[in-house]
Amino acid sequence: MKRSLSSRHAASWIGATVTALCAIIGAAILILILGYVAFAGARALNPAFLTQLPVPVGETGGGVGNGIVGTLITVGIATLLALPMGLLGALFLALFGRGWFPEVVRFLSDVLSGIPSIAIGLFAYTLLVAPFRHFSALSASFAFAILMLPIILRTSEEAIRSVPRSIREGALALGLSEFATTMRIVVPAARPAIITGLLLAIARVTGETAPLLFTAFGSQFWELNPAQPMAQLPLQVFTYAISPYASWHAQAWAGALLLITAVLVLNILARLVLTPRTQR
Amino acid sequence: MNATVAPMRVENLSAYYGSREAVADVSMPFAANAVTALMGPSGCGKTTLLRCLNRIHEIAPNAYARGKVLLGDRDIYDSDMSVVELRRRVGMVFQRANPFPTLSILGNVTAGLSGSVPAAKRMEVAESALRGAALWEEVRDKLSKPATALSGGQQQRLCIARALAVEPEVLLMDEPTSSLDPISTLSIEELMTSLTDRYAIVVVTHNLQQAARVSKYSAFMLADETGIGRLIEMDETSRMFTKPSDRRTEDYISGRFG
Amino acid sequence: MAVSQPRGDAPRRSRSAAAGDRVFLFVVNAAVGLFVILVALLFLELVKGSWPSLHAFGPKFLWTSEWNPVTNQFGALPLIYGTLVSSLVAIVLAGVVGILAATYLAEFAPRWVARPLGFVIELLAAVPSVVFGLWGLFVLAPVVRTVIGPALQKYLGFLPIFQGPISGVGMLTAGLVLSFMILPTVTAISREVIVAIGGDLREASMSLGATKWETVARVVLPASRAGIFGALVLALGRALGETIATTMVIGNRPQIAASLFAPSYTLASVIANEFTEANGDVYISALIELGLLLFVVSFIVNAIARLLLWIVLRTRS
Repeated sequence: MKRSLSSRHAASWIGATVTALCAIIGAAILILILGYVAFAGARALNPAFLTQLPVPVGETGGGVGNGIVGTLITVGIATLLALPMGLLGALFLALFGRGWFPEVVRFLSDVLSGIPSIAIGLFAYTLLVAPFRHFSALSASFAFAILMLPIILRTSEEAIRSVPRSIREGALALGLSEFATTMRIVVPAARPAIITGLLLAIARVTGETAPLLFTAFGSQFWELNPAQPMAQLPLQVFTYAISPYASWHAQAWAGALLLITAVLVLNILARLVLTPRTQR
Repeated sequence: MNATVAPMRVENLSAYYGSREAVADVSMPFAANAVTALMGPSGCGKTTLLRCLNRIHEIAPNAYARGKVLLGDRDIYDSDMSVVELRRRVGMVFQRANPFPTLSILGNVTAGLSGSVPAAKRMEVAESALRGAALWEEVRDKLSKPATALSGGQQQRLCIARALAVEPEVLLMDEPTSSLDPISTLSIEELMTSLTDRYAIVVVTHNLQQAARVSKYSAFMLADETGIGRLIEMDETSRMFTKPSDRRTEDYISGRFG
Repeated sequence: MAVSQPRGDAPRRSRSAAAGDRVFLFVVNAAVGLFVILVALLFLELVKGSWPSLHAFGPKFLWTSEWNPVTNQFGALPLIYGTLVSSLVAIVLAGVVGILAATYLAEFAPRWVARPLGFVIELLAAVPSVVFGLWGLFVLAPVVRTVIGPALQKYLGFLPIFQGPISGVGMLTAGLVLSFMILPTVTAISREVIVAIGGDLREASMSLGATKWETVARVVLPASRAGIFGALVLALGRALGETIATTMVIGNRPQIAASLFAPSYTLASVIANEFTEANGDVYISALIELGLLLFVVSFIVNAIARLLLWIVLRTRS
């Protein structure tokens, strides 16, 4: 070797340090953002903020109550749409594993997860808004469901595959039909992992803003009817943030704090709490 | 032995994994009310043969079989015999106990029963099956506990009870004691012997002493030079172990290989 | 002589099989069929929606610069420029930091550090876009305006990309925010690749007397090239389609400027800002055509990345 041993070791030490710094930078960004949002958002966060309707600019007070309810409804309906299809698709992939068609399905699912959410929003618009000339929370749920599908599909497939083959063989050997084996024995055994995947899918769409712009559209009032336009928390944060009013900026921070907390809690729950150590 | 009254027999059975032939041209009866042991070194096809008897072999990708497997007078590969019906009549116990993790002990035992069976009847069936598997006394107070709380030997007996609960005619056992300690092994062997009152039992075993202890009939299989498993010899156990007709059987039994 | 048929994972169905099984299989297949139709429909609806614009402008949509709703003239070039440059900035920054971070996590970090650190970085991917945008607008933009911008201009001002007025919002800020957003993707996937590829090579190199760094830099990383490239392409796909955070910090002016401090506009931002106000078939369909463009580009980019990663990872598993 041309260089001395000590300079090679020094290079190694520098390499380790530089790469460590980069990793720390990555982690630091999250802490920075979370910290600032908590700091800026906590001030405006109070029970009134959580339960009241927005007020016109200039007036004090007001809140994002309708946005919180609206987001819960939209995400809830999206889950109802995406979960059955995702689970059935996962069953398909787990049962018919190899073969060209399952691979096509997996490929489409993976690619779909990379399509920008605004394009998905446009799709929901052309399908469910334009024909009726009417914004609705339902169209937003449709867009969200499409975003959730690939996650549910892949994580559920993984969950079902992870059930030991001996369990399925034992059930089939007992004379249980494919249907009974799957529904009564295999899927229940996979349930914890399926729930984990569902939580991740919910986290994915909570806080998603772009599709909402022309599906749910937003509202100043309480609305529980999914066929109507409905307030959504991420939309409110966005609108307040790009406005010129300081009072709205403060509310944007508070709303952002709600969003980031919800999303991080879901993620930590899914990945840390519910996933057994061996599978992380 | 009169082959025509045997509840199960195979005729010219060959089994394949895709293009690879694993077992070739096996013909043999499986006697009622007796234990028939399938023996042979690793790779001789004995497990594959066993798994053809309840068509579990087909779960593997591209796996299929040729030939006849007769249960009573019906070929199980006929298109009018459903696999579901077949597997109720031919039960199986696996090498490693595989209780269903999300079901209780009671749930496991009655897992093979149809959902429409009323609760009282299910209890009745469960008790009878657990008694048949010599497990009742040990679990009667904890039927609602998860099955995974039992010891290895108990779990295996639970799996036997689960198989018995659907009242099969034939019970297939794939090296049922190979993962158990000697005491559990012995209790399962005693169980096997007692079960012959009501069932025809086919057991795959690696353990020559076990075959000698429990089986009335034995079949010796061996893979040929191309790796295809063939039936070398089948006879009453007592005769095969003392005066085998084939040289290769004699070599195996006296421990020269395998 | 009856012969059973080979059939994937499921045993052969005989004619008298439980009807319940048949219904079950039908429903499962139908769900998957529906899924495939949905994806196809997505593409078709975007094409259908873009039709008036496709018809009116044809391919020159991609290289015309005028984006004028008043005269109904739409050209996407400045938007394509804005999208590409902001994503490029993001990929360069996130690529360097992310690959190095992944290297640390995969090769140098002890397990008790790597797990939590890696987890925290992955959590960054969960932060909603609008929160990134908010933080970018009120925290990062002022920092760019007062610290980063002037510093770059002072030391590297001879480069055209660092010249011109610094307002805080613009291409650079957008690129920075995007780089934060795609960093977790680069890190997580690169780490996975390095771990998968590293194994034997690492041992062989170390046993020849190489130091840890030499092993990593000269053996493991080069061997992981293809997979890391896949990670970068995947991250690029994410950056190209990012909408809300970009809209909040890029300045929203359709122009092609040399300076990174200048405001710009991306394909996704235009749609976000103008869609609900758009009137007239041509205007609306032009916006939908932008969406179609985003769809096609991200489809291709993702397909390439996934294919690459699939090839690299499956030969090792």
